[in-house]
Amino acid sequence: MESFAALLQGFAVALTPAKLMYASLGVLLGTAVGVLPGIGPAVTVALLLPVTFKLDPSGSLIMFAGIYYGAMYGGSTTSILINTPGESASMATALQGSLMAKSGRAGPALATAAIGSFVAGMIATLGIAFFAPVMVKFAVSFGPEDYFALMVLAFVTVSATFGDSPLKGLISLFAGLSLGLVGIDKLSGQSRLTFGLPELLDGVEVTTLAVGLFAIGEALFVVSQHRGKDEILRLTGSLWMSAQDWRRSWGPWLRGTAFGFPIGALPAGGAEIPTFLSYSTEKRLSKHQQEWDTVGAIEGVAGPEAANNASVAGTLVPLLSLGLPTSATAAILLAGFQQFGLNPGPLLFAENPQLVWGLIASLFIANVMLVVLNLPLVGLWVQLLKIPTPWLYAGILMFAAMGSIATKGSVAELLMLLVFGVLGFMMRRHGYPVAPMVVGLILGPMAESQLRRALQISLGDPLVLVQSPIAATLLAISAIALIAPFALKGLNRFRASED
Amino acid sequence: MIFTRRMVGFAAVLALSVGAHAAIAQDLKIMAPAAPGGGWDGTARSMQSALTAAGLAKNVQVSNVPGAGGAIGLAQFVNTAKGDGGQLMVNGFVMVGSLIMNKSPVNLSMVTPIARLTAEPLVIVVPEASPIKDAKGLIDAMKADLGKVTFAGGSAGGVDHILAGLLAGTIGLDGAKVNYVPFAGGGEALAALLSNRVTAGISGWGEFEGQVKAGKLRAIAITSKAKVAGNPTPTLIDQGVNLELINWRSVVAAPGISADQKKALSEIIDKLVKSKEWQDVLKQRGWDDAYLAEPQFGEFLKAEQVRVEGVLKSVGLVK
Repeated sequence: MESFAALLQGFAVALTPAKLMYASLGVLLGTAVGVLPGIGPAVTVALLLPVTFKLDPSGSLIMFAGIYYGAMYGGSTTSILINTPGESASMATALQGSLMAKSGRAGPALATAAIGSFVAGMIATLGIAFFAPVMVKFAVSFGPEDYFALMVLAFVTVSATFGDSPLKGLISLFAGLSLGLVGIDKLSGQSRLTFGLPELLDGVEVTTLAVGLFAIGEALFVVSQHRGKDEILRLTGSLWMSAQDWRRSWGPWLRGTAFGFPIGALPAGGAEIPTFLSYSTEKRLSKHQQEWDTVGAIEGVAGPEAANNASVAGTLVPLLSLGLPTSATAAILLAGFQQFGLNPGPLLFAENPQLVWGLIASLFIANVMLVVLNLPLVGLWVQLLKIPTPWLYAGILMFAAMGSIATKGSVAELLMLLVFGVLGFMMRRHGYPVAPMVVGLILGPMAESQLRRALQISLGDPLVLVQSPIAATLLAISAIALIAPFALKGLNRFRASED
Repeated sequence: MIFTRRMVGFAAVLALSVGAHAAIAQDLKIMAPAAPGGGWDGTARSMQSALTAAGLAKNVQVSNVPGAGGAIGLAQFVNTAKGDGGQLMVNGFVMVGSLIMNKSPVNLSMVTPIARLTAEPLVIVVPEASPIKDAKGLIDAMKADLGKVTFAGGSAGGVDHILAGLLAGTIGLDGAKVNYVPFAGGGEALAALLSNRVTAGISGWGEFEGQVKAGKLRAIAITSKAKVAGNPTPTLIDQGVNLELINWRSVVAAPGISADQKKALSEIIDKLVKSKEWQDVLKQRGWDDAYLAEPQFGEFLKAEQVRVEGVLKSVGLVK
């Protein structure tokens, strides 16, 4: 109840006109950078930091948090409409979302994304307010061997993104894993597969690969299919979610939140893994399997969108209560706190209750603002599909290139973007799924360094990988997830033969 | 963007060649060879605000060129800023190591040293429950079985790693056998310490301050020459280990600038460091003033390069 009273006080802080203005500025900016491919919330907050130097600390932090939440909302828009995820966390959304848009159901897809983000944001923000101490204990107890087990689980679920050919899916995944090896090895400091090019020392950026494969690849593919006549996507059915859409969405929203919040709270969790886990879970559970490869299933949008928003709230748990930044954006938020002479950590709640609870309350407010902003925008965004195809894709190419130039400012990055774009086109052309490649690039390096770190700490004893209860549980779930489909198939065959 | 930057650079050359002795730059460009948000970026942007607020420059632009511990930024700076007296670049200890490790074709002898600005000592911590109470305890554990003492810190070959290697070398052990576990970003390293998975952690004081004050971690040694005001942690030297290491940040100018241009830039930085605005920045950010002007800074830079290369060889990162 103590937290409850503190939260009410927080609302008293956050509901002042000035703070509301900061929050709305934040969500607007966040939505904008989320929509633009390549420009993420981390860069935006970093660039705004010096500007806010002289502003009021709590106001600026509220604005930053609004940007962070807003970017997750905005990222879904382009994923769904034009198969171009603004950042890697909304990649899973693109898979079913773009299929839905192509079959004329962009409206419900955008709506379930916005409402799912809202539901997840609300539940997860409640989680910060009431379960932060418990979550933090869980997060800190997660060691390298447990991360490795989590990555194994994520790898097992990747097959959900393979489409119809497992072989092509695996090829795409292994291409991604190989790309993940490029650059300076995190543990030994030696460079791998860099061919003496200094630009490759930092490895391949996930956003560059994702934007290249998805956005540029899609644009080139559309051009190659274009026969001089604009076919404008026809909207079939309602703009709004039907009763059936609601029925099919609420489960994925809640499950997505359940994946996103705890994994987001892990120091090396991030937003991508929970979106993949949510995606593959929904695919397994869905009663509409025929939709997944054809017209797009709403569950595949609802789940991952809830998961990525919940994970953002999750990141704030260790940031506020331990001073542990668990994502690039959180690290910059931490720099923001320090700029104002605040040290997030065990003492922050005690020393600056007004600021912390004001920030948490403003997260609720930002969430409400975002859903109010985004739902009416659904109608407007859908109009985007009426832009003649050549113009639309010219715009996408421009924004993708601009995003890559703005973040890295290097020609090499732009070249990589182009190469990946051509690769994405070829892959589409020959029916290779592009998502597993990005998944491989994200998970490969993480799994590798966590495995080696675990073994280094255990002085080379491989038993460490199964001795931790968390790791053992996760590995067991992975084994079941891997074997169960085959076992069930065998069982069915057995039953069928009995009949 | 690129074109306008270039034009500004051109204007800066004009401005500086006209008013070289006035010690007020019309236009300055400062490159942070890192992504927005890090220490070098923070230094560059703090310089930007303090320079303009103190009236030492009319217009200051900061650009970020991230990559490879600063090697990408340095290469670009060396290649494009040659002879331009209106450009500065922020760098520091970490760049010295990464240039050696990445066998970079460019190095710090190619730029014109201006001044060292700030420094942050490192701190060695152990988890609350650890039996190790002080530097001696840690050294005893290292001497007993070096491989079993796990150090958590930042990237391989970075300042934290170098400290672990130097510590082993100073007490007569083989730096190559140090069990150093690099973590990306401070968060994971902190979690490994809080969950008692590693023996000790190394990082800047700021990163551990909150946890130390809350009693979750114990700071056993700080690596500065003398104790830091407001911080009771004893130095390594106080505890009988003759080792000093600070994570310094500095500012350098373009290669091939004239003596006059160097003098003008040095004067601007000298005035900056002594300005109230800069002192405020230091206080706010918790950076120590480590101002060292030319020609001492150039010598210091050379000495650090030799020292870092030696350590990197001893820990087996450079052959």
